[in-house]
Amino acid sequence: MATARAPLTLIRPLITPEGVDLRVKLADAGTRAAAFLLDVVIIVAAAIAVTLVVIFGLGGLGVKEAEPLFIVWIIFIFLLRNVYFIAFEAGRRAATPGKRIVGVRVASRSGAGLTIDQVIARNLMREIEVFLPLSIIAARGGAGVADTLSTIFGLVWALLFSLFLLFNRDRLRIGDLLAGTWVVEAPKVKLVEDLAQRQDPVAKRFHFSPAQLDAYGIAELHKLEEVLRRDDYFAMKAVAETIGGKIGAKVEPIDSKAFLTAYYGELRSHLERKLLLGNRKADKFAR
Amino acid sequence: MTLPAGTDAVRQSLASFRQEREADWKAFEALLARVEKRAPRTLSEDELLSLPLLYRSALSSLSVARATSLDSALIAYLEALSLRGYFYLYGARRGLRQRVGDFFLRDWPAAIRDLWRETWVSVGLTVIGAIAAYWLVASDSRWYDAIIAPSLAGGRNPNSSAETLRSVLYDSGGGHFLSGFAAYLFTHNTQVAILAFALGFAFAVPSVLIILMNGCMLGALFQVYAAKGLGFELGGWLSIHGTTELFAIALAGAAGMRIGTRIAFPGDLTRMAAAAQAGRVAATAMVGVMVMLLFAGLLEGIGRQTVTSDAVRYAIGGGMLTLWIAYFYLFRMVRHGNG
Repeated sequence: MATARAPLTLIRPLITPEGVDLRVKLADAGTRAAAFLLDVVIIVAAAIAVTLVVIFGLGGLGVKEAEPLFIVWIIFIFLLRNVYFIAFEAGRRAATPGKRIVGVRVASRSGAGLTIDQVIARNLMREIEVFLPLSIIAARGGAGVADTLSTIFGLVWALLFSLFLLFNRDRLRIGDLLAGTWVVEAPKVKLVEDLAQRQDPVAKRFHFSPAQLDAYGIAELHKLEEVLRRDDYFAMKAVAETIGGKIGAKVEPIDSKAFLTAYYGELRSHLERKLLLGNRKADKFAR
Repeated sequence: MTLPAGTDAVRQSLASFRQEREADWKAFEALLARVEKRAPRTLSEDELLSLPLLYRSALSSLSVARATSLDSALIAYLEALSLRGYFYLYGARRGLRQRVGDFFLRDWPAAIRDLWRETWVSVGLTVIGAIAAYWLVASDSRWYDAIIAPSLAGGRNPNSSAETLRSVLYDSGGGHFLSGFAAYLFTHNTQVAILAFALGFAFAVPSVLIILMNGCMLGALFQVYAAKGLGFELGGWLSIHGTTELFAIALAGAAGMRIGTRIAFPGDLTRMAAAAQAGRVAATAMVGVMVMLLFAGLLEGIGRQTVTSDAVRYAIGGGMLTLWIAYFYLFRMVRHGNG
């Protein structure tokens, strides 16, 4: 299926006022669904906990005195459903607990700051996207009048809206569309060690000629970095064998890690030197 | 060929780049973690001033790293750090109190004023629906059941006696769960309002229908009472909370219509941009609508059952309507006067 169409990527430019492109990555549909399900679990758990407290409160106090509790319960359930998302997304991290766990946040499509009216708009639309059809099904089911047709209609409605984000390039819900927002990945990344600075006594034994270092480019270097950081013995052994075969070096399996560390360090300085001289060697096919 | 010496020199200089900047990155990361959890107030003055400096230093490091380094983990770290800093520093966060104040002083009335045309249409539709339903029920009382579901009517229908109808208007309900009832009404009305707003994106058709239907129910109920000579009393019963509630629902419908018409006729903007712009105005209006419905729920649940004099009911209802209109449409002049 060789089509001329470029693969759909989720990277979008975000130019800061300082002129640096931060290249934000949009959250994919699976991440969005996971975040939403986590939020639903939290809401339902809180609702059940509060309901239990209210029921025991009613039992303990008798109906007359329990009236204030009943009001608090009704308002709380309403707040949970309608304000949970708005309050968290209007906060400093612009993400509900579910979104925080999967490492995404809401941002304005224009790159400007997220305003509270945008947060409200995108979350009120959730009401018709998810809660309305489901609550209709629940109400009809509760009244014992749910027929197949209306249940199917409700489910199709909910599916149509929740799958809406798969049918557009920017992964927008209807709410995102109306609010001018999108959901981007905002992971917390730890600063890890620089592999090129790794001191390995065995690695010092390996030396490579310019011809051997010319065998690979930046794409392969990044793959090699991944393998080294994963630190899986069998993967490293296989990669060391492949590289050794290509550049004509004999590697003992036990020395795989040291060999790869040494080759990574040399290859990176070699390619970085080329970079400084104006030659970004994208992969092994580039000259 | 001086290659080994050359690569070593590159390796050394890039290592020292990281060594020299790393402290700044770590400091920025620690500061960000603190301000994301707690208010910026908890920072000392020096820390507050260093925040933008550290942000720019991280951005510049990112540019240098992208141009010279091939350590993808380092670049990923700097990208994530810069993005976090960007969102924090350019998020233009104001204090909660200031935002709430701004909403009530400026944003809410401005959004409602912005929707004036749709508000007229919405009010007009309610009136048309009411007149149509009044006429329909007057010509054939079977229309009443078609317009108001029997479960909602609560025993009020064209066959009820004047006594039954009167008792609904003045019976205080024995005081059971009065305020609970108000809270329930509030959540119910809010759902209706959210629907009138949120369904508007379907080219405003559902919003128009919901508003028309709302007017029809009003007209049908009114006809039943008017036929028994209780029209004036029903007016009092409805107006104590109804002026606020009906106005709020009309505004919600107006917000929905704004979105629908802007999607259908985006004007000079792209359809997406027009939708986003309309959505933001409408959302602000909607939060205001919820505040109004909260008032209406309180008036309905508490005021209506305890205040049984027609004159006082009309006075409260009319007063609330005057209050809202003055707040939305006249308040602006006061602000201009203040400069």
